[in-house]
Amino acid sequence: MQDSKWRILSRPLIDDNPLTLQILGICSALAVTTSLDTALLMSFVVVCVLALGSGSVSLIRNYLPHSVRIIVQITIIASLVIVVDQVLQAYAFELSKRLSVFVGLIITNCIVLGRAEGYAMQNGFVASVLDGIGNGLGYSLILILVGAIREFFGKGSLLNVQILVPTSQGGAFEPLHLMLLPPSAFFIIGGIIWYIRRKRPQQVEKPEFTLRQLQQESE
Amino acid sequence: MSETVSKDNTLRALGVALAVAFVCALLVSVVAVGLRPVHKANIEAERIAQLELVLAALSDIGRAQTIDSLEARLVNLATGAFDESMDPTTFDAARAASKPATSVAIPADLDLAGLKRRALLAQVYLVRSSGGVIDLVILPVSGRGYQSTLRAWLVLDGDTRTVRALKFYQHGETPGVGARIEDPEWEAQWRDLPAYDDDGVLRIGVRSHGAGYSDDAQYQVDGISGATRTAQGVDGMLRFWMGEFGFGPFLQRIREERL
Repeated sequence: MQDSKWRILSRPLIDDNPLTLQILGICSALAVTTSLDTALLMSFVVVCVLALGSGSVSLIRNYLPHSVRIIVQITIIASLVIVVDQVLQAYAFELSKRLSVFVGLIITNCIVLGRAEGYAMQNGFVASVLDGIGNGLGYSLILILVGAIREFFGKGSLLNVQILVPTSQGGAFEPLHLMLLPPSAFFIIGGIIWYIRRKRPQQVEKPEFTLRQLQQESE
Repeated sequence: MSETVSKDNTLRALGVALAVAFVCALLVSVVAVGLRPVHKANIEAERIAQLELVLAALSDIGRAQTIDSLEARLVNLATGAFDESMDPTTFDAARAASKPATSVAIPADLDLAGLKRRALLAQVYLVRSSGGVIDLVILPVSGRGYQSTLRAWLVLDGDTRTVRALKFYQHGETPGVGARIEDPEWEAQWRDLPAYDDDGVLRIGVRSHGAGYSDDAQYQVDGISGATRTAQGVDGMLRFWMGEFGFGPFLQRIREERL
């Protein structure tokens, strides 16, 4: 609990990443990563909601009756999401239409409620905001990586700037249509998880049960 | 210990819940009301941007117009009559089609466009000649494509028998394949295409691959190779919207009354 502020912020990036270690928030990670711009906007929104949500829950944590804490947390998170959605519709109209329902679905993103209930309820305002930002950035890191890979191999572009010329326009690049479909995000996230756990074996989960060796009948 | 007990007191729980709900409701309302002008401006800008596409298509066929010269009207699709109950420029067709009170279920056998529901009203644009006679009719049409909803402007001649242009303004079809419905070469096929035969039967459509020559050839355009489903979507969309459950009654009225 006595982590330094820097540690609170940086731990969720790799060591305790909500997506790759806790495997939370996968649904939105599949849906909004077909291109880098939507992934970036979604990342920004989630960082905002996490920071504000954890901060507000932390502020009222000492007044919050135990019996109604979850519903109060959800109310705060839902209000924040609606506010952010309204702001997006006003100032990022085109992109917000492409994110469609997934901004609204942040309400149900396990990361946001998880940090509110799991961290902000026990910790001070500054630490909770930092924890929210850190977890948001950890989520963003993976989202941006997956978004960049999918857009680059699926369309040959990054941030809608064409880098590889597709065959349909006389180039040599054959777009991988699979990359634009949801399963490819599973493959990429799976690959990232494998790579992180190879580099940091302490993240590898212990098997819940092991196969027992069959005893050899000896004669 | 005494503190946790008092925190779980029912009255206190109610009080905290009400206070949080009040603050949250206030926050959401203030933001929603405060941003409403910006939202309205965005929707209007989108409408103008969509209209600019059809204006570009009109100038391509030598019938250049400006936004102000288009006459916006609302049409009651069932009767084909104009509806004066609200301002046509603020009509939100997508919203109207999604609400039960302002839309109607499309009978399955007539639902060629795969839309399931359509709004009771539709926003159309008219271009009138100097004598006040309808010169061009611009209709919004939509339908299911391969992986998205296609939305386009269908430009008909004042006699409603000839298609002058078809301009897509929104779709999410596969880049390089279905997205070729936006290609100028493909769009050019829709210029001056008769929609009905001499008996007044609707014949317009997209030829499917390998159909060979048929009587329909002069009323239909070529499909796109590799994008069969998108082409079928365009075909169904036009047959639906020009048919009896689409703009059929409205087009009939224009023909009969030369509104």
